[in-house]
Amino acid sequence: MRKTNPGGLKQLAAAIALMSAMAAQAADTIKVGVLHSLSGTMAISETTLKDTVLMLIDEQNKKGGVMGKKLEAVVVDPASNWPLFAEKAEQLLVKDKVSVVFGCWTSVSRKSVLPVFEKNNGLLFYPVQYEGEESSKNVFYTGAAPNQQAIPAVDYLMNEVGVKRWVLAGTDYVYPRTTNKILEAYLKAKGVKDEDIMINYTPFGHSNWQRIVADIKKFGSAGKKTGVVSTINGDANVPFYKELGNQKISAEDIPVVAFSVGEEELSGIDTKPLVGHLAAWNYFMSVDTPANAEFIKKWRAFIKNNKRVTNDPMEAHVIGFNMWVKAVEKAKSTEVGKVIDAMVGIEVPNLSGGTAKMLPNHHLTKPVLIGEVRADGQFDTVWQTEGLVPGDAWSDYLPGSKDIEADWVKLKCGNYNTKTMKCSGQNYE
Amino acid sequence: MTNISCTLFAVPGASPGPLFLARRALGWLALLLVVGMLARPAAAAESTSFEQALGHLATANFKQKERAVGELLDARHANTRAVLNALLEGTLYYRKDDRRVFIAAAQDASLRLLDPLTMSDAGTAEASDYTKITTNNQLRKTLKSALASFDLADPDANVRLAAVNELMRSLDADSVSILRARQSSEKNDAVRTAISTGLAIADLDSADAAVRLAAVEQLEGSLNPEAFNRLSALVTKADDGSYAEPDENVRNAARAALNEIDNWRSFYRTLETLFFGLSLGSVLVLAAIGLAITFGVMGVINMAHGELMMLGAYTTYVIQLLMPQHIGASVLVAIPVAFLVAGGVGVLIERGIMRFLYGRPLETLLATFGVSLVLQQIVRDIFTANNRPVETPAWMAGSLQINEAFSITYNRLYVVLFMLIVFAILQLVLKKTSLGLKVRAVAQNRAMAKSMGVRTEWVDALTFGLGSGIAGVAGVALSQLTNVGPNLGQSYIIDSFMVVVFGGVGNLWGTLIGGMSLGVVNQALEPYAGAVLAKILVLIALILFIQRRPRGLFPQKGRAAEN
Repeated sequence: MRKTNPGGLKQLAAAIALMSAMAAQAADTIKVGVLHSLSGTMAISETTLKDTVLMLIDEQNKKGGVMGKKLEAVVVDPASNWPLFAEKAEQLLVKDKVSVVFGCWTSVSRKSVLPVFEKNNGLLFYPVQYEGEESSKNVFYTGAAPNQQAIPAVDYLMNEVGVKRWVLAGTDYVYPRTTNKILEAYLKAKGVKDEDIMINYTPFGHSNWQRIVADIKKFGSAGKKTGVVSTINGDANVPFYKELGNQKISAEDIPVVAFSVGEEELSGIDTKPLVGHLAAWNYFMSVDTPANAEFIKKWRAFIKNNKRVTNDPMEAHVIGFNMWVKAVEKAKSTEVGKVIDAMVGIEVPNLSGGTAKMLPNHHLTKPVLIGEVRADGQFDTVWQTEGLVPGDAWSDYLPGSKDIEADWVKLKCGNYNTKTMKCSGQNYE
Repeated sequence: MTNISCTLFAVPGASPGPLFLARRALGWLALLLVVGMLARPAAAAESTSFEQALGHLATANFKQKERAVGELLDARHANTRAVLNALLEGTLYYRKDDRRVFIAAAQDASLRLLDPLTMSDAGTAEASDYTKITTNNQLRKTLKSALASFDLADPDANVRLAAVNELMRSLDADSVSILRARQSSEKNDAVRTAISTGLAIADLDSADAAVRLAAVEQLEGSLNPEAFNRLSALVTKADDGSYAEPDENVRNAARAALNEIDNWRSFYRTLETLFFGLSLGSVLVLAAIGLAITFGVMGVINMAHGELMMLGAYTTYVIQLLMPQHIGASVLVAIPVAFLVAGGVGVLIERGIMRFLYGRPLETLLATFGVSLVLQQIVRDIFTANNRPVETPAWMAGSLQINEAFSITYNRLYVVLFMLIVFAILQLVLKKTSLGLKVRAVAQNRAMAKSMGVRTEWVDALTFGLGSGIAGVAGVALSQLTNVGPNLGQSYIIDSFMVVVFGGVGNLWGTLIGGMSLGVVNQALEPYAGAVLAKILVLIALILFIQRRPRGLFPQKGRAAEN
């Protein structure tokens, strides 16, 4: 046993003084959580988003912060490990007591943190295009819902390119499977027959595409114009496009429209085999607007690299961040409940020259752009929707979700069934 | 859901099809031939319409651009072809303030301009004052088709063949008349065959049953997918029980032709599957063969084997950075360099770690797993976590077209050949050199070899280096097939162990046969089971096989096997 000594007491007193000083300082700042993987497989994509949030915070602080208080970033690394996402989210909300969190990329990481945000009444801005079928009170979805990316892309192929036969190729996980389910239902609703749809799933990081590409070639040589809708994720895309090039399938014959290939992904690869293939996003770096030019300039200055590219999820974070600042100023508080109420209806300019508006289902209005890949890894916009498309949380083409609506203003519910007139009680499915 | 309508290209009226343009181009060509290449037909009017069409290009949307291309062809200007080519290549620009169109070559931030009217130099200018005239897939197809009709008169038969194939991509009345016009004057056999196949497909629409019958007979044995589609359409019963082809004789001929085509197609599809399987097997063998040496011959479980392959792949990347002008040669240079780099690292691992752990397999496994993490992190620190772009040399891109139903991609073909060469060299080293003799001696009986004066430690280090070097060489091949990133090795380590265990530990031939058969089985299953399930099925089959024959396909025999 050790005796207590006066020295120990003094240390304790000092520690207490220090802690209260820290608490006082904390009261002067608003904490902003950043929940993006900085290591592991998703680090490639998510590190950029962390830097984007840091840049936005830095910029806001230069303008004097929010309501006279400086913003303070709390960055954690969930390391591409889905259960760790939940742990780190808990840490941000309970220990660090952040006012808002910007984070997640994959749907599985979002699903993993959802219960944490709902239990602790946190606030999450999720910046990536996703499969929909979800609306949580505590989450704002600033990326595209399927009707803001997948459906318009299919419309483009169907109406502008004249595609009659469809290959739905995807990586084997929740986003491609749900998206393809929606697309299949949509295509059938448009009168496409079963034999004109080919669905194929491959594991993460698949690299031996010979057989599948040969099958696509065969499927596409049946006399009808064929298009590929690709939800192939991450680096499996490179060998896929290479194999397409090697087997001499050109974008003019069988165009591939991708939902997960953006500027950031293209910057790491040899883009020659991809030229002419398509991508559907709500933002392209090549969009020629003053707001975008300024954003690219600021981003390159912040990251100190004159070659860095920007992409769609970055724009989603810009919109989400600006909306949150506006909502806090409108609510005159960072208290989550008040901010959530203030969020709906807020409008901020997006980078492609329009206005993004937060809807009662916690999704945004967005323009949809279709671009063709250029040799330099950028996109030429070849088509865009007239006006903005409001995000639809629950797809109208799936039998289960057709009757479900999300409205956090009038109905106060994320999955209200219009047939049974009931809110299922769960905030998410 | 909202209604989404197209804004940019909602132009009423049909656009001119590529073949319509092509026909006009051909008319223009015929005229050229009559008037003679040098005599320019009365220039003034054509220049004006040419200039107008150019002006349209600057402001048009894609559908209007297709029309402008038609106007350019109609203008019959001597520079039409150059302008269309520039548009296709993306070197056609317009000046922002007066919308004048130029052909331009980019030099850093400035453009070197060429006046399309006179083809004379128009000086250099700031790139920011000019906008590139963009194309889309549809427009590019139109352009290629238009340019193909110019190429039909090219002196080079290969160019003519490509032009015929280009025209056949969308066959209709217009292209048929172009091809018919060309048929009589065509001297080259291959080009003539291609033209007559195209014409026969067109003749299936003829009103005369005899012509149709002749066309069907012409198409017998043709592997052209369009021919197959059209023939199947003839014999398909419609809902009301009638056939698209009214004549019974033609239908029977078509059935016979289809039968033959079907046989050939399934034959080539089997060949294709076999090749896919062999090429996948080659990748597996390349990845596993180094392991067969370290694991099979030395009995060391080297979890860092995949990372040694990764080092080889990164070596290829670095070599490409060092010789950007010679991408084609860089891959060849990378092979010995990757061998040395990975082999050197292998020797370091052996001298630094492994030699203290011989005979303790669990600790070796953990230690090498640690090494693999260290190597990955080093690569992440040097090259970042992002994948690195390794360019495919021109001689490895594309495919060897054997016929219209069967082609072999060059990169896979080279990998198969490369694997065979590596395997042969390795066999030679092990069987014919003194190092090989010592390696085999140590593998069979360490104590005996030692007592005969073999420096076993030295042999251990070199054997490990050899196995690691081969892994590096495999990495060079992988850099052409998959992504070069820090995780490259992890995706191959399991497969490599599978191959070695299946083939029989300590037997290089076993590794070869084992890898090849795993590859073929996998590819044969894939069309039926899908990529995910095929892998699982192969794994289950392997586990069952190991239950029956724990020592693999070709177990080592004799006293060495007892150790």
